Amino acid sequence: MDAAPTVEVADLVKRYPKAEVNAVDGVSFAVAPGEVFGLLGPNGAGKTTTVGVLTTRVRPTGGSARIGGIDVVADPVQARRQLAVVSQRSNLDRAISIRDNLVFHAAYHGVPAHERAARADELLEQFGLLERAGDRPDFFSGGQSQRVMIARALMHAPRVLFLDEPTTGLDPAARLFVWDRLRELRERGVTLFLTTHDMDEAAALADRVGIMDTGRLLALDTPEALMRSLTGETTLELTADGPADGDVVDALSRLPTVERGERLQAGPPGAGPLRVRLYLTGEASALVAPAAALLADRGLQLSDVKLGTPTLEDVFIELTGRTLR
Amino acid sequence: MSELAVPLSSTQRAAFLAVLRRDVYVTWRELPAFLAQVILQPLFLLFVFGKVLGSLGYTQHGYADLLFPGLLALTAVITGMQTLAFPLVAEFGWTREIEDRLLAPLPTSFVALEKVVFASLRSLVATLLMIPIGILVLGSIPWRWDNFPLFLAGLFLGTLVGAGFGLVLGTSVPPARINLLFSLVFTPLLFTGCSQYPWPSLERLRWFQVVTACNPMTYVSEALRGALVPEVPHIRPWICLVVLLGSVTVLLTLGLRGFFRRAVD
Repeated sequence: MDAAPTVEVADLVKRYPKAEVNAVDGVSFAVAPGEVFGLLGPNGAGKTTTVGVLTTRVRPTGGSARIGGIDVVADPVQARRQLAVVSQRSNLDRAISIRDNLVFHAAYHGVPAHERAARADELLEQFGLLERAGDRPDFFSGGQSQRVMIARALMHAPRVLFLDEPTTGLDPAARLFVWDRLRELRERGVTLFLTTHDMDEAAALADRVGIMDTGRLLALDTPEALMRSLTGETTLELTADGPADGDVVDALSRLPTVERGERLQAGPPGAGPLRVRLYLTGEASALVAPAAALLADRGLQLSDVKLGTPTLEDVFIELTGRTLR
Repeated sequence: MSELAVPLSSTQRAAFLAVLRRDVYVTWRELPAFLAQVILQPLFLLFVFGKVLGSLGYTQHGYADLLFPGLLALTAVITGMQTLAFPLVAEFGWTREIEDRLLAPLPTSFVALEKVVFASLRSLVATLLMIPIGILVLGSIPWRWDNFPLFLAGLFLGTLVGAGFGLVLGTSVPPARINLLFSLVFTPLLFTGCSQYPWPSLERLRWFQVVTACNPMTYVSEALRGALVPEVPHIRPWICLVVLLGSVTVLLTLGLRGFFRRAVD
C-alpha cells in the first residue's frame, strides 16, 4: 500500500444513545485505492454502523474516519463528493424514471448538464437497463433495482463505492450479473467496499476481508491467508459402508498429519454408513490410501471421499465459536 | 449542527437547486393530482359556506367576504403542511428516497430547508389559485391594494408556518401512525385557525377564543382579514406578524432538529 489510503478508519467507536455496549468498539483499518475490501460478519456485528460513519450518516463516538484523506466528521459535504452508497434495500426515487434517477443524481453532484444524459445512457447500457430507461422503479425486481442503484451511484464517478449486502436475496443469475459488473469496476480501478454476511460473496469478490463480530475487527487479510491461518489446512471426509466399529474414528485420528477427527452422525448410532471428517495439517490426497487401508482392516469398505479446504465460514467459526448466520 | 454554519459554495448552491428542481419537475408532471390535492378542499368550503349557506339564508350578508381571507390562510397553511409532512414520513419511513439527497454534497440542514422552500412555493401557488376560484364561485371577492404589503407578508409567513408544521410532523410521526396525523392534527388545526370566523367575535365563547389563540393559523387568517376586509374587527396586524415570525422560528428550529435526528444517527 504505497498510495495514500482511500478509506482510513482509526480507533473508531460508536455507542448509540441508551445502548449498553459499543456498536463499533475500537476498529482500525485502511483500504488502498483500487482495492476491493469486504467486511464480513453476522447481523449486528457493527459492519453497517462502520459504513454509516464512513458515509456521513452516523456520528462516531470516538476515533476518526477518512475518505480520500477527508475527515468525514469535520467535512461531511466534501466527503460525500468522494463516495457513493448502494444500500441493501431499494431507495430509488419512485416518482421519476430510472434514467431521471441517474440524471438527477448527477445534478445533485454537480456533473455538468451536457454530460449527464450521455453518462446515464452509457451506464444504463452497461447494466442492461437501456430498454427500461423510461420506466419508474416501482415494479422492478430486487436484481433490477440493485443494478439501477449501482449505475446511479457511478454517475458522479466516486472514488469509493460502498455496497451493503449487494446480492443478498437475489436469484443466482442476477447475483452473477452483479458480481461481473463489480469485477469490471475493480478492473477500472474503482475502490469497492462491501459489507456482507455471505462468505461466498466475500471470497469471490474481495481482495482483503475484515472479519467483524460484536463491534470488533477480529482478523483482516486476503481470503486465502485467512483460510490458511486455520490450524487444520485441509479436511478429508470419508464415507464407508459396513459394520461401524466404535473406535475407528480414534484409529483414523492417530494417522500421521491428522489433527483431529470427528464422526458426522446422521441417524442413530450404528445406522447408515459411517461418515468421518478428518482435519489435516498436510495434503489430504496423501492420506486417502492409508485411511482406506485402515478401514479395510476393520472390514469397512470406502464408498466416498471428499477433499476439502476450509472456507471463510470456518475462519469465522474458529474466531468466534459461532456460525455466521 | 456544525454544518449549519458552513456558507454555501457554488457547488452546494447547484446541488440545492438541483434538489429543488427535482421537486418542481415531479409536481409539474403530476399537475392534475397536485391541483386536486390543494384546491378541492378549500373549493368545497368556499362553495358550501360562502355560496350555498348564503343563498339559503343561513349566513348573514357579508359572511363570504370574511370567509374568503380565512380560506386563503387555510390553504396556505394546510398545503404547506401536507406538501412536506406526508412525503417526508414516507421518505424516512419506507421508501428511503431521501437517502440519495442526504448523500448529495450539501449540508444536511439544506436538504431540510429545500423541503421548506418547496412546500412554501407550492402552497403559495395553491393559495394564489384561490383568487380566480373565489371570483368564479362567489362572483366577487374582497380585494384592496392599499394593504397589499400586509397581504403578502401574511401569506408568505402563512406558507412558512405550514411548512414548519410539516417539517415538525414529518420528522416526528412514525410511518405506522400517519393516519393519526389526519384525525389528531389536521382536523383540529383546520377548525381552530379562525378561517371560518373572525377571532374578536369569539368573545362570547371565551374558552374557544383561548384555544384558537394558540393556533398560529389564527394569525394568518387575521392578518389576511386585516389586509382584505379591514372593516371587520380583527387582531392588530403587527401582533399577527410578530406571532407568526415567532411561530416560524420555533417550528423551523424544532423541525430542523427533528430532521437531523432522523438523518444522522
